[in-house]
Amino acid sequence: MIYDYYPGCTLKNQASALEKSAMTAAEALGVELRELPEWQCCGGVYPMASNENAHKLPSVRALQSAKDNGRDLLTVCSACYHVLKSVNYDMKNSDTVRNKVRSYAEIDYGGETRVLHFLEMLRDDIGFEALRKKVTNPLTGQRIAPYYGCLILRPSAIIGFDDAENPRIMEDYITSLGGEAVVYPFRNECCGGYMAAENQTLTEKKCRDIIGSAKAHGADCIITACPLCYYNLKKYSDIPVRYFTQILCEALGIGEDEA
Amino acid sequence: MQRIGVFVCHCGSNIAAAVDVKQVAETLKNEPNVVFAADYPYMCSENGQQLIRNAIKENQLTGVVVCSCSPRMHEATFRKTAEESGLNPYMVEIANIREQCSWIHKDRMTATAKAVVLGRAAIAKVRLNAPLTAGESPVVKRALVIGGGIAGIQTALDIAEAGYPVDIVEKKPTIGGKMAQLDKTFPTLDCAACILTPKMVEAAQHENITLYTYSEIEEVKGYVGNFRVKIRKKARYVHEDLCSGCGVCTQKCPSRKGGNEFNLSLDKRGAIYIPFAQAIPNVPVIDTEQCLKFKTGKCGLCQMNCAAKAIDFSQQDEIVEQEYGAIVAATGFNPISLDKFGEFGYQTYPDVVTSLEFERILNAAGPTKGHLERPSDGKPPKTLVFVQCVGSRDTSGRGKEYCSKICCMYTAKHAMLVREKYPDTEVYVFYIDVRTPGKNFDEFYRRAVEQYGVHYIKGMVGKVYDDGAGHLMVRASDLLANEQLTISADMVILAAATEPDKTARSLATMLTASMDTNDFFTEAHPKLRPVESPTAGVFLSGFCQGPKDIPETVSQAGAAAVKVIGLLSKNKLKSNPCVARSDSLVCSGCSNCEKVCPFGAITYTEAEVNDGTGKEIRRIAVVNEAVCHGCGACTVACPSGAMDLKGFSSNQIFAEVDAICR
Repeated sequence: MIYDYYPGCTLKNQASALEKSAMTAAEALGVELRELPEWQCCGGVYPMASNENAHKLPSVRALQSAKDNGRDLLTVCSACYHVLKSVNYDMKNSDTVRNKVRSYAEIDYGGETRVLHFLEMLRDDIGFEALRKKVTNPLTGQRIAPYYGCLILRPSAIIGFDDAENPRIMEDYITSLGGEAVVYPFRNECCGGYMAAENQTLTEKKCRDIIGSAKAHGADCIITACPLCYYNLKKYSDIPVRYFTQILCEALGIGEDEA
Repeated sequence: MQRIGVFVCHCGSNIAAAVDVKQVAETLKNEPNVVFAADYPYMCSENGQQLIRNAIKENQLTGVVVCSCSPRMHEATFRKTAEESGLNPYMVEIANIREQCSWIHKDRMTATAKAVVLGRAAIAKVRLNAPLTAGESPVVKRALVIGGGIAGIQTALDIAEAGYPVDIVEKKPTIGGKMAQLDKTFPTLDCAACILTPKMVEAAQHENITLYTYSEIEEVKGYVGNFRVKIRKKARYVHEDLCSGCGVCTQKCPSRKGGNEFNLSLDKRGAIYIPFAQAIPNVPVIDTEQCLKFKTGKCGLCQMNCAAKAIDFSQQDEIVEQEYGAIVAATGFNPISLDKFGEFGYQTYPDVVTSLEFERILNAAGPTKGHLERPSDGKPPKTLVFVQCVGSRDTSGRGKEYCSKICCMYTAKHAMLVREKYPDTEVYVFYIDVRTPGKNFDEFYRRAVEQYGVHYIKGMVGKVYDDGAGHLMVRASDLLANEQLTISADMVILAAATEPDKTARSLATMLTASMDTNDFFTEAHPKLRPVESPTAGVFLSGFCQGPKDIPETVSQAGAAAVKVIGLLSKNKLKSNPCVARSDSLVCSGCSNCEKVCPFGAITYTEAEVNDGTGKEIRRIAVVNEAVCHGCGACTVACPSGAMDLKGFSSNQIFAEVDAICR
């Protein structure tokens, strides 16, 4: 299986562990991730202003490249996934956005590319049953709390990743790796996100609520797919916070040091 | 040579504010064949109609054009006016210069120009009008009421009392509907069963009422006054005429896994069951999915213990055919599914219940015998949180955009009943707005707040979760205090939005009755004909037309009955003369018209035709005028132009188009 791969800036800096573990695990699973040449930053935040289109251009270029290559566009970062998927939705459904972007960037793109998250690739293309069979070092006895955050789930009508109120993809993922998925109510709450830059009291409260809820339901570690959630949670957590790809490497017997 | 009069209405300022009505009258006066033109502030008033009557007589008018509101509003009025002066009513045409002109245009110049064009088109049409005479069809003096809740029961009782036979068709094994499941009713707090069950008994015993319970509508054919309906009586596997209603079978049944529908599956019932103690008819029904006899072939305990020999495992569905003059839809409502509202934890936590479930918990005949016990462990809850508008007034696409209307009042009722019986509880109600219009309604709500100390908090609940230590937590916003709240609750009660019963959609298709986007039946006019469907002979009762509480439902049920009685009291109905006719000289007998006719009004016959070149026997189309609705589908399908619609002939329509394009 070959995918066009959009890494995003954070994975090349702060969250290099996420990229490294994802690439290692992909290789072990026989999945080739071909990094798009000359990709540009997705902007990090999807522009909410309806007439703000310049910030959508880098995403459109990435989507267009994947279309030209005839491949699906895969990403590992929650924020990049959110932005790419939202822009793709606009290009498919909004005549205004499509026409503006087309005439500005001279791009003939109408939302044809399939954008998928690494987790969706595991669920939909490989399949959790097939994944289970590749596990050599099952995470038996580990009580893992999946933390979704907002970007990968909401708004659910556009992102369409999973049920925003009762998601289960990460739970199923953990189970397929032999671990015990801890279902706790705060798994889809916001960690405070970029508020960390201006209101630490708020992010601290949000994070402590999430960590507290996970622990109260018996978790001994938390996994996430988002570099920003990882950064915020890690700051206040007294149980390990890991990227979801790191436990995949562990279960595949690659070892976390390599990842 | 036609002599046409044109009458331009001001409709107060409705038309006159945007259209220069005097100029319209003056311009149209110059149209060919127009011999009289006038304007008047209210043409539909008695004085306005007198103006038309006088003009017809004084000017020997043969055709009338009224430039006014939509023909749906006053076409019948002006036809009658013309008839009173001796003119054929079908010589009247309406030019709609209100809904299609003055109400949508702001510029006086363009609106006036458009009004002139619309008037011109109507004049062009009326020049080609020919007098039409309505035929007559007989009326079957029997009514069908679909749905046996309070709406259907009340409609049937009122029709029956007027002396006409009525059949109630109810898909559940008993009549009673949602009201039978309620504990108390607002704003008087009288017991629902105490006021409903006597009506159920009355319906069952009334000599003019026939009940078809556990039955569904299979097919509807015909038209107003002459509907032919097939009713499927589903097999109960118990003979209604033999059963004594002793209930021994329901006690002997060893299968105890079926969810008790009447208690919303909060407890279990046997495979053979009577829905509730006051069910009518008091005859059990077998749930074949639970019954061991049907599943494994073994058991039959109920049959062995039935002294009346009423149980028959080989019973089959039965089709009953009946004719009716009028049909009333009273199909009711259900709470929506809360599957898409995961934030309230309804699927996850047993102590999060819907209001209808809570109603059963409060009811003395319910799963807890009326004791306030929470489902998870049977303990009495100390803190209860009610959440209103769960899916109502919802713009996220998960629920309903409309207000369900009944929830504010029943939530106030629940809160009050809890505080009255259990004063040591704390009760919170979260709301977007409290909407209590209605007689004694706001006073009722204020009693909940002022007398019973219920904590009403403006704001919505964002999440219901467990804290990991067995406590249900409710996180919500308090919009007046501008803060986030977290309440530790023992029970959470959700006021789920309401929606029309799922069967309403397929029924509407069978009745050719229109529905809105929410699957509520559409009324013929939202203000002036609220209990009639636009489909003649079909009437609407209760929640199926829009959210209603019990007092409103009963009022509307009575109104629907009056309309039915009015219809059934007639011996003959005038049929619409604007029906299709086939020109035998042109018809080639191709069958295209027959294939597109939705009413089965077209048949074929071998007839002798003389087209000038000699006689020959040919197959030609014949229209049954009593069955034809005048929809015009056949005129479009006809390749030779043999089919035409009286009153809407192709010539007339082309003349209108020409007049507009002139």
